[in-house]
Amino acid sequence: MTETDRDWDAFATPKADGSVHMDLAVEGITCAACMSTIERGLGRLPGVTEARVNLTTRRLALDWKPGETGAGAIVRRLERLGYRAHPFDPGRRSAEEEAEAKELLRCMSVAGFGAMNIMLLSVSVWAGNASDIDAPTRDLFHWISALIAIPVIAYSGRPFFRSAARALAVFRTNMDVPITIGVVGTLALSLFETMRSAEHAFFDSVVMLLFFLLTGRFLDHNMRRRTRSVAENVAALRVDSAARILPDGSVREVPLSKVSAGDLVLVSPGERVSVDGVVEDGTSDIDQSLVTGETTLVSVGPGAVVYAGTLNVGGLLRVRVTAAAEGTLLDEVNTLLESAAQAKSKYMRLADRAAGAYAPIVHASAFLTLLGWWTLSDRGFADSMVIAVSVLIITCPCALALAIPAVQVVTSGMLFKAGILLHSGDAIERLAAVDTVVFDKTGTLTLPEPRLLDRDAIDPDRLERAGRLARASRHPLGRALAEVTRAVAPPVEVREEPGRGIEATIDGRIERLGSPDFCGVDPEAVAAVLARFRGASLVAHRAEGEAPVLFAFEQGLRRDAREVIDRLKALGLAVEILSGDREAAVAEAAATLGVSAFAAQLGPTDKIARLEALKAAGHKVLMVGDGLNDAPALAAAHVSLSPVTAVHLSQAAADAVFLGDRLAPVVTALTVARRARAAMIQNLWLSVIYNVIAVPVAVAGYVTPLIAALAMSGSSVLVTLNALRLRIGGGDRGGEPPSAAVEPGFARS
Amino acid sequence: MDVLIFLIPIAIGLGLLGLFAFMWSLKSGQYEDLEGAGWRILDDSDLPERPPVVKSTEASKAE
Repeated sequence: MTETDRDWDAFATPKADGSVHMDLAVEGITCAACMSTIERGLGRLPGVTEARVNLTTRRLALDWKPGETGAGAIVRRLERLGYRAHPFDPGRRSAEEEAEAKELLRCMSVAGFGAMNIMLLSVSVWAGNASDIDAPTRDLFHWISALIAIPVIAYSGRPFFRSAARALAVFRTNMDVPITIGVVGTLALSLFETMRSAEHAFFDSVVMLLFFLLTGRFLDHNMRRRTRSVAENVAALRVDSAARILPDGSVREVPLSKVSAGDLVLVSPGERVSVDGVVEDGTSDIDQSLVTGETTLVSVGPGAVVYAGTLNVGGLLRVRVTAAAEGTLLDEVNTLLESAAQAKSKYMRLADRAAGAYAPIVHASAFLTLLGWWTLSDRGFADSMVIAVSVLIITCPCALALAIPAVQVVTSGMLFKAGILLHSGDAIERLAAVDTVVFDKTGTLTLPEPRLLDRDAIDPDRLERAGRLARASRHPLGRALAEVTRAVAPPVEVREEPGRGIEATIDGRIERLGSPDFCGVDPEAVAAVLARFRGASLVAHRAEGEAPVLFAFEQGLRRDAREVIDRLKALGLAVEILSGDREAAVAEAAATLGVSAFAAQLGPTDKIARLEALKAAGHKVLMVGDGLNDAPALAAAHVSLSPVTAVHLSQAAADAVFLGDRLAPVVTALTVARRARAAMIQNLWLSVIYNVIAVPVAVAGYVTPLIAALAMSGSSVLVTLNALRLRIGGGDRGGEPPSAAVEPGFARS
Repeated sequence: MDVLIFLIPIAIGLGLLGLFAFMWSLKSGQYEDLEGAGWRILDDSDLPERPPVVKSTEASKAE
């Protein structure tokens, strides 16, 4: 599919003022010079009102007047400038993330403003209390602080209040519940103290606390948004579009969101099928390895069902789009996926578990303090209440609430640099608990592209000639052959016989490349080669007057697969292979990798059953897989990883996606996660020690605002520094970062 | 201490000014591309084709 017949305008969205807007992921933006080249080059096009490159996300935002130019013209100009653009599907983007980040930033700025201004007044009061401030001035300062603090807390506290309310509504508790109680309690106490013109009020502490917490939360959110934006760019590279056949017979390439059930879609040879559907006409071979894990090709004809993510190897197909067809593989996968995801949501995060233990202890000790002072001393109820609330203030889980997010931010930043994009922060702690690693074979342990076998035995001249011919082929094996020989110049005139091979006349001789049958290879020779290389795929090359030659290809293991498996074993982990492929192919891969536990010819249900069995035996399983058939298992496993070449559904079901051709990120993820978990536990202990020291002081009634402010910021800074310590001596990165090698200009941080 | 009547409102007013300036910069999308913004200042494409400084020195030489 060339760029000209892609319906670029379908990717654009109209704006209120009549102009049109489109976002593009642009390949090859590396520096500021690219930015001005693109902006200047596009700005000169008539009709383009705005072209703005975002150097951070490597995206281009375009506005133009629809009458004067078109999306196609703009993209062609971009291509002449030397940049390839990939459209975002407007139906898939959500503005929710953006809005949430902006809300956090607004809350943070308001809290920062409040903290600074209240501190200005508080420092004056502290200094005055030590010297000669008079009561009316102090009251005035407290009242002004209250006037600033009340609206600031009402505005900036909303993210915490909302989350606490949501948790309480379903009778659960999370970290935001004690935060909300602490904040509201402190504010009420300070107002009460101000009214009876007492010496101390805690407006400064409570606003500063909010500011710290919001900062932590914003950083956490920002990190996740950055990984997601890279993931989106990568997704845009793998075109999310389909060639739709319009009623008048013309073909336009449109975004997936504009294809609906009942539409007719054209799938050319060598292309991935982008939809689920039924073949209307045409016959072809389909490579389903990404979907079922099976490496043998499947023949399809009219009436056969094809799945999104499979590769059309043979001829041209017209496919009628179906909605989730009942009783098909996809339907089964979806049902399994739902139940697996539900089971997973029961996992209690470390932070929430800590909060669950923490809240009752703190609230009980505050209550006992109130009872104790009220009944056992001659102080009144009001004074006892003040002391009880001061216990709440000093224990307000500032450090505790930062203890885990701070580590998560640092860790996901480190993983990001190693080419691992996390979907959720709590995946880190789940990764650290893993004791068994389960791999899918096809596409995970093996590379998605096939590899030439027994290369040394092939005549180099023959190989090169075959490679040149292969350059003209769109068949995946043809492409692989062309890659091997690094051939560049294909012959000028090539005839293609769909599903069989290609033919060209070179130096007056007819040469053919394609299936052994097409090149007239003796079936016995084919059988002999297949006996030597079990499960190999064959391509034949024949030149007039010479004997035909067979090239055998197999799905090659990733370069570092063996090394990674060995390192996983050295870390004390059990390794297993669960595959949908044939027994022989799986057994061979398992033998090469030194893995004794493997199972073949498994469907999605069998994979889940095996994972359940492991879970029942008390194992925590890391699942690494890429196919559609792995998606339910990825969701059911304790934690899961998937390569960036995986199908959409699997990427969405996995906890993290890794970039690149290597498997090393699996080890990196595990080692980094283990160190991160250790830091989390240290941080939790630091908070506990802080509370053990601070609570008796508070119970005894000695907490002044100065002590509260110092103790709280001190503990927050301590846990943040401990988290940052992870970066020092970053340690095991698993070799060179794979990101730079695969997605130039995209995955750089 | 009467001066406080002026000083405190001024202090808070300045704080509010800073807050509104930040809110405005956030709303106008100034934090969307932190990397690119630094380079944009070096981009001269908003100037006329030939830098006017060179022109004026050439003109003064001719006189």
